[in-house]
Amino acid sequence: MNTPTKTTTRNTKVMNRFDLTSRLVARLKDEEAVVGGIGNTNFDLWAAGHRPQNFYMLGSMGLAFPIALGVALAQPKRRVFALEGDGSLLMQLGSLSTIATLAPKNLTMVVMDNGIYQITGAQPTPAAAASDLVAIAVASGLPNSSWAADEDDFERLIDQSLASEGPTLIGVRIDDKPGTGTTRRDPVQIRERFMLGLGVRQPL
Amino acid sequence: MALAEDESSLKTAAEKSWHGIVLQTLKRNEVRLVPYVPDRVLTPLIKNLHADPFFTTFPTAREEEAVGIVSGAWMGGVRGAVLMQTSGFATLANVLASLAIPYQIPVIMFVSERGTLGEFNYGQALVCRTMRPVLDSLAMEHHTATRLDEFEFIVDRSIKQAVTTQAPVALILSPLLTGGKVFDK
Repeated sequence: MNTPTKTTTRNTKVMNRFDLTSRLVARLKDEEAVVGGIGNTNFDLWAAGHRPQNFYMLGSMGLAFPIALGVALAQPKRRVFALEGDGSLLMQLGSLSTIATLAPKNLTMVVMDNGIYQITGAQPTPAAAASDLVAIAVASGLPNSSWAADEDDFERLIDQSLASEGPTLIGVRIDDKPGTGTTRRDPVQIRERFMLGLGVRQPL
Repeated sequence: MALAEDESSLKTAAEKSWHGIVLQTLKRNEVRLVPYVPDRVLTPLIKNLHADPFFTTFPTAREEEAVGIVSGAWMGGVRGAVLMQTSGFATLANVLASLAIPYQIPVIMFVSERGTLGEFNYGQALVCRTMRPVLDSLAMEHHTATRLDEFEFIVDRSIKQAVTTQAPVALILSPLLTGGKVFDK
């Protein structure tokens, strides 16, 4: 039986999802794509201010990174960010190996780790007390994976990823707060606006 | 001369195989991205896709992941298709119902059919029975290809319909078409 990891021994600050998402969005200047995972992750992306290049998932838990990988492969000149929760990532750990093998240099992944399924009642994830998601990413073949120590470090890692020769994964420890807004649940409009934002479609 | 004739008839034979038809029809319809979870029957198709620089093809850990990838690629302007076997399709109800269908994304799926016409693994036979009820319950377009002479028509028209109606489609490759997998050990 593993002993639970003491969060006090981690040298990473516990931050806030909405604050970090807002900091990311504020840095976007080149119509970068942002894929927000199910639940609070895309609610905070929505609340940080809608952009035509944002895609909000309303299901398919765990697929933020695979969807972002698809966008990154289709548009290699565009920077693609993917925001995913820790519980969601646990559903598709294999996708880290796929991304490591394909190694798109225009993909930046952010894992929002609060150790809980906040939206379903804050139950701990099976990884919360035992596993280190950044270490899993490194072992999956993604050497540019690190925990952000604090907000400044998060912004530094985001900037650093823009010039990286391979995909980047940034782990952030976050608090147990729920999402700030609620995404309008209109999947066809979300998808169509995203395609307009990516220059794939023209308005009717 | 005789050699040239042999070569051209060999080439024709490959193009007229079920997997040759899939490859050529994908190419003609600009379907470039082909992630897959492998299957014995799909092996020649997978091998030829890897050998053709037109395609970006690679394995994924799960079929659901592959559906996510082609969905993202389609929104980014690149068409894709997913290859899998029957048991892999059985893992897809959630992603079809929560991503492909409600967001109107034309995910093109080729499913190598296990579980029928000589199946030797009871689990495969059982999981096969879940496939068409799931497709029907989601009102998804699907066809079971059994004959080589109809196959190109089915594949070509199904890809075009998926793209123009923005709806996913499943093409089930029957052992009648592919020969299937038979008990050999």
